[in-house]
Amino acid sequence: MTERIDAPVTAELEAAAEKAESRRGLFLALPSYVYLIFLFVVPLLIIGVYSFASRSRTGRPKLEAWNLDSITKIFTDDLIRSIFGRSVVVALITTALCLLIGYPFAYYIATRRERVRNLLLLFVMIPFWTNFLVRTYAWRVLLGEDGPVTELGRLLGLWDSMLFTLPAVYLGLIYGFLPFMVLPLYAAIERLDWSLVEAARDLYASGWGAFRKVTLPLTRSGIIAGSILVFIPSLGAYVTPDILGGAKTTLIGNYIVNQFLTARNWPLGSAVSMAIMVVMLLATVWYFRSGARTL
Amino acid sequence: MSEPAVGIHDVTKRFGDVVAVDSLNLDIADGEFFSLLGPSGCGKTTTLRMIAGLEYPTEGSVRIFGEEMALRPPNKRPVNTVFQSYALFPHMTVAQNVGFGLEMLDVDAGEIDTRVSQAIDLVRLSGLGDRRPKQLSGGQQQRVALARALVNRPQVLLLDEPLGALDLKLRQAMQLELKEIQREVGITFVYVTHDQEEALTMSDRIGVMNEGRLLQVAPSEEIYERPSTRFVAEFIGETNFISGTVDSPGQVRLADGKTVKARTHSSAGTKVTLTMRPEKIDLHHAGDAVPEHFNQLIGTVVRRLYFGESLYYEIDFGHSVVDAREENRPGRKRFNEGETVVAAFHPDSAEALTE
Repeated sequence: MTERIDAPVTAELEAAAEKAESRRGLFLALPSYVYLIFLFVVPLLIIGVYSFASRSRTGRPKLEAWNLDSITKIFTDDLIRSIFGRSVVVALITTALCLLIGYPFAYYIATRRERVRNLLLLFVMIPFWTNFLVRTYAWRVLLGEDGPVTELGRLLGLWDSMLFTLPAVYLGLIYGFLPFMVLPLYAAIERLDWSLVEAARDLYASGWGAFRKVTLPLTRSGIIAGSILVFIPSLGAYVTPDILGGAKTTLIGNYIVNQFLTARNWPLGSAVSMAIMVVMLLATVWYFRSGARTL
Repeated sequence: MSEPAVGIHDVTKRFGDVVAVDSLNLDIADGEFFSLLGPSGCGKTTTLRMIAGLEYPTEGSVRIFGEEMALRPPNKRPVNTVFQSYALFPHMTVAQNVGFGLEMLDVDAGEIDTRVSQAIDLVRLSGLGDRRPKQLSGGQQQRVALARALVNRPQVLLLDEPLGALDLKLRQAMQLELKEIQREVGITFVYVTHDQEEALTMSDRIGVMNEGRLLQVAPSEEIYERPSTRFVAEFIGETNFISGTVDSPGQVRLADGKTVKARTHSSAGTKVTLTMRPEKIDLHHAGDAVPEHFNQLIGTVVRRLYFGESLYYEIDFGHSVVDAREENRPGRKRFNEGETVVAAFHPDSAEALTE
């Protein structure tokens, strides 16, 4: 009897409590909302608006005479198209190489004893303790005319100084972004239920067969997350191609910087930035779609 | 046919300093339902994994129908395993799971389809082939795991606590079903469990393990009625222990000087522990007639516990306290706490263990 009388009261109280709870939740999220809106959403909108703006003869962006010139230029201008194409290829190859190098390493880490595992993860993260710019300049020394990498190449008769070439850019990009590949891969492999691999082996799969049929598909979320995390910054990379690639291999990041600082064509720079973001957005959407399929 | 389905000879498995399995010898006959029973960490799962090839023995030989397997990888052995947590592939459908082994063996697609649907029918999951494991109940997942192993027609099926994750009712139903399936397919089952009741109901023979050693291998009934060690007696079912000394063959002297008749296996003067099951002890009111040839010990009821289908009495003999179980049947005598009673048991029910 008492239960029946109490029931509606309880439901009301619960609803009120839930409302209070969600208000409290909003309060907790407020600082990051403020931060993201002012420092991320607003600048993004500015870039979006500038993409449609025009440019004065002196290079001042004019917020009038709105047009689609900058956007059509992305699709029609041969230079932009080739730079864009090259950047996508560089980003894809960087991602593929990171995956190829990162997967075995992540697998190795994930299958070690806990103490060794933590130590190895620490090693993966140590480079972050030093500024990325500084580390990239360090590569310049390594790859330079008298650098140890160059000397080794000469000793083996395999390569000369790679500085300011595409291979140097790849080296720099892979070096910089490999941890972003290794960490999500590690997380995915570490979560893997090894009894599934044993089951595959028990069901006549060879070591490679079990890897291909079980380990690989079940760590797919890590592969996709790592690939996105490497592909996106590789596509927009500016520092590495600028410092290690010299002027020879302009990528889209360098092109954007040039538009803003040298060519003083802000609308075009904004439009190209937006184009990169669209590509990244598509990649991310694809990630969540395929990620959801494996869950 | 004379070759045992599984022959384990002097197998030792060490993990670093830990000896998981200690010089084990065991032959399992063709078509047998054999259970390895023991507490967790006793080495039973390690033994099973060495038959499966998921672990390699440190020393010794593992043969399947006479063929040496000790160091052969799991995919090259004519055995399949039903894993404890089923280990169903979450990214595959039920049918893909069941067909996995055949696919790996490059059996042609048409035959895979036929055999997969046969196997799914065998475990009564018809129509669920397109489901994902996650969409199935625990019992259904268990059947998928069974079908996935049986479809390959292994020479020996290994089962690692396959019913452990199921609730009691379902577990009991699956016990019967497993036993039936085993009769139907006629292959050797090696079954690992820590549940003594499960082992007793299903097995042709049971091997009881503790601390890496095989203590006793015998048919269910013998394991229960004639345990060879104190550990086996205590691990399987409930039992009582009374210490004594062998007086002469078939006679054991208790601490209070009284002798009882029992099954002895050692010479006079040996210290032994008498073990007898609670349900083998008959209680009588003092002065009542007791069947002939039965041992009689006089004691006091110190506690009575009502279990519904039976009653438990704790009887104090002065030198030891034993439990006696009386079934709750109409006309059975009831005894009160504090009452002096005569506990009677047949000499065949008292096993004198040397340890």
